[in-house]
Amino acid sequence: MSTSAEPSTSPIGRPLDRVDGRAKVTGAARYAAEVPLPDLTHAVLVGARVACGRITSIDASEAERQTGVLAVLTHENIGKIAGQPPLLPSLAGTVAPGETFFPMQSDQIHYAGQQVALVVAETYEQALHASRLVRVEYAEQPSVTVIDDARDQAYEPEAIFAGFIPGRAQRGDVAQALEQADVTVDNTFSYAANHHNPIEPSAATAWWEGDRLTLHDTTQGVTATQHTVAALLGIPHTRIRVVSHFTGGSFGAKAMIWHHPTLAALAARAVHRPVRLALTREQMFTGCGHREEQEHHLTLGADQRGRLTALRHHKLSLTSPFDHWAEPSLGVVGQMYACPHYEGAYHLIRANTMTPTFMRCPGEATGLFSLETSMDELAERLGLDPVELRLRNFAETDPASGKPWSSNGLEECYRRGAERIGWHRRAEPPARDGDWVIGLGMAASAYPVYGPNNPARARARVYADGTAVVQAAVTDIGTGVLTAMTQVAAEALCLPVERCRFEGGDTDLPHVAATVGSSGAGMVSAAVYAAATELRAQLVARAVADEGSPLHGADPDHVVVRDGRMMRGDAPDTGESYAELLRRNFLPDSEATGSWGPPPHDVPYAALTFGAQFAEVAVDPELGLVRVRRLAGAFAPGRVLNAKTARSQLMGGMIWGLSQALLEATHMEPNTGRWANASLGEYLVPVNADAPEVDVDFVDVEENLVNPLGVKGVGEVGQAGVAAAIANAIHHATGRRIRKMPITIEDLVVAPEA
Amino acid sequence: MAVRTPEASPGPEAAERGPGPVKVRLGVNGRERGIDIEPRVSLLEVLRAELDLTGAKRGCDQGTCGACTVWVDGRRVLACLTLAITCEGREVTTIEGLARPDGTGDGQLHPMQEEFIAQDAFQCGYCTPGQIMSAVGCVQEGHATDDAEIKEWMSGNICRCAAYPHIRAAIRAARDRV
Repeated sequence: MSTSAEPSTSPIGRPLDRVDGRAKVTGAARYAAEVPLPDLTHAVLVGARVACGRITSIDASEAERQTGVLAVLTHENIGKIAGQPPLLPSLAGTVAPGETFFPMQSDQIHYAGQQVALVVAETYEQALHASRLVRVEYAEQPSVTVIDDARDQAYEPEAIFAGFIPGRAQRGDVAQALEQADVTVDNTFSYAANHHNPIEPSAATAWWEGDRLTLHDTTQGVTATQHTVAALLGIPHTRIRVVSHFTGGSFGAKAMIWHHPTLAALAARAVHRPVRLALTREQMFTGCGHREEQEHHLTLGADQRGRLTALRHHKLSLTSPFDHWAEPSLGVVGQMYACPHYEGAYHLIRANTMTPTFMRCPGEATGLFSLETSMDELAERLGLDPVELRLRNFAETDPASGKPWSSNGLEECYRRGAERIGWHRRAEPPARDGDWVIGLGMAASAYPVYGPNNPARARARVYADGTAVVQAAVTDIGTGVLTAMTQVAAEALCLPVERCRFEGGDTDLPHVAATVGSSGAGMVSAAVYAAATELRAQLVARAVADEGSPLHGADPDHVVVRDGRMMRGDAPDTGESYAELLRRNFLPDSEATGSWGPPPHDVPYAALTFGAQFAEVAVDPELGLVRVRRLAGAFAPGRVLNAKTARSQLMGGMIWGLSQALLEATHMEPNTGRWANASLGEYLVPVNADAPEVDVDFVDVEENLVNPLGVKGVGEVGQAGVAAAIANAIHHATGRRIRKMPITIEDLVVAPEA
Repeated sequence: MAVRTPEASPGPEAAERGPGPVKVRLGVNGRERGIDIEPRVSLLEVLRAELDLTGAKRGCDQGTCGACTVWVDGRRVLACLTLAITCEGREVTTIEGLARPDGTGDGQLHPMQEEFIAQDAFQCGYCTPGQIMSAVGCVQEGHATDDAEIKEWMSGNICRCAAYPHIRAAIRAARDRV
């Protein structure tokens, strides 16, 4: 692991229990819809019943007559937003609307579920009841909601992802290379739409004190909410405070700022009282984006020894009427292997859905399924072990940019993962266990290391009692960032962890971008480390300049600090604590700020977090049943800030991969343009019985480039490649290649012989 | 709710209750609580909005996620599918009352809560109170003898962070301490 050779007593990396654990197991943790407020009112949204058309009339009179109803807001009375900010990924650290469209501004309907009315009442039940009495009539028009509706309308965008990613990328001459290849593998894949479904539905509690707005929001970034709502309402940032101490899961659903916090603020202004607006579970399917329905066409060319010569990867997916959005499925696929000829292109179809959005492991979750199941097929065609094929194609440098990797570790990940799953057991024909056939499969895993586009900032303060508080406006969505940052602060201040407290989740604290794209730990740790290191230097400087200090006149470079006590390196008995220094000088505290980034645009290295995924499945071929018996993953994420929480995140990601492979699909009903299974009863996610034991291993790599502590992130890489490993294991067990997700019983059940 | 039958026709008092607010008395975490609610109000909403006990979570309002799991007379129930008025005269226990029946506590945790922390059996924490109430119930019911049984009897509580292997570890550890 890349570290500055710290002794083993270093707080960083230790498997500390979560600092917010007690609050979470006692019910004391308050989420956005749980802030107690006097005079609180409750709002419930009404969504459009048609996918395309126009509202011809809204009759709110019956709803308004109901007991407790305070207001029914629609496009006719809610007022206009100040302006539509552009769509920027929330990692940019500024405005980040989920789509460049704001509802309830006209009578136009662009997608089913589009918010058309908001009912505010004294209680939740009253608002919910009245929301069902708002009569909205529509002039419906034909809609496009599935790829099959409009293949002929596909277009190639110049760029996707707010213009950050070009629509087409290539190197070499892929057509010629495919023509000359000894072996080609050419397949089409289809992937269902997915919805994040965090267990906490998106919610906001808003209240105004004069012209100042306070919002408690479910968000991955309080600063993203602040900037977006400020732009939409046209009010200064200084008049909006956004708080999010706990966010009940996100997985991308809360990575961009959707409409509900702004609508809650507008409603609070209308009724002159605090408003709580929580989406229902059904509204979570039309309120915060989704992973889009998509098809991939991937072609591999290789020589007889299995070395890749060509890779062509095209993606076709649905986007909204407003934005050119596709999850970046082509990125890592083009970097994974040393392949000289490459072509990748996005193709989009405008559809009547909201703008799709980030969903855990955005892009790689689908892209690596296409690539890694194709690699398995290539290995089969060439009679090579799948691990051996990957080793033969190992990329010593980044094939896309030609730059060296910041760190790698992939080969060791293959070796460790294989050992953990018992890859040597992989037999032909596959082993049996009663009616079950046992398959083993593997896949490579990788996820980009993103840096923020703007500086991440933090503030550190030591009080005269020797305790410290360190702050940054980061939200803990379950990653454990509050715990990890406490450890980073303790290390930099040379204080015991118990004497440090880290605070986040509030725009009154120093700015950091939303924690998205596995970048949170890297960027926030850098800022926290900078602030805390600066504060330590400041205290040492004060001590050596203080005539009353035993350290007076010492060379600050030779002062060491341990457990909050500064001492001469050559004479440890000579020294004093931070507390003694501050108290003697009648100082209440000492404080410093620090910042990091953004890294320059043209760094001389390329950075991916690498890993390897292995799966053991049991398939009952007659019933089409698949049971994942074990998952083993090995990852090289650079420095790990907390071994316990990092392991948990990777484990969760791996089970997400299982879920994507076998369970998750939101089905569109094209005749109505509505999602057909918008509930947790019908949208399948894993329950305890679905989740096998998961083996997570860390591979140490020397990482000194991506950020000061060498943190590459663990939020998404755990999921990357898992679904392919499972599909490859199913192939091993059954001989069947299933090129879609999710893989369901219908795909596997053997048709009775005629 | 009572069904109209010749044998057990509702008394005049029952017939007059609702749809407006009515007085309901509930035992919650060892305390008698009197509230004025419309009969249509769920136990979950009473706990969260009337009694400010927000440990029971709203995840779906449809009985599919388990985040609202509490105990009524010691048995786990889904508070979102339970009308508060049907709990009159019953004892409701929430996560806030798990360690100490009166909910006041003194910093002491139930062994299951301690093991959830030690095993890192949660991430975002939103499903956690429901998981813990279900987990203690699962052990008390005798449904935690092995992992296969724990898996089955804990499958009414969704953890989208997918901490499931750690939830099983916490249940095993807490079970073995009792």
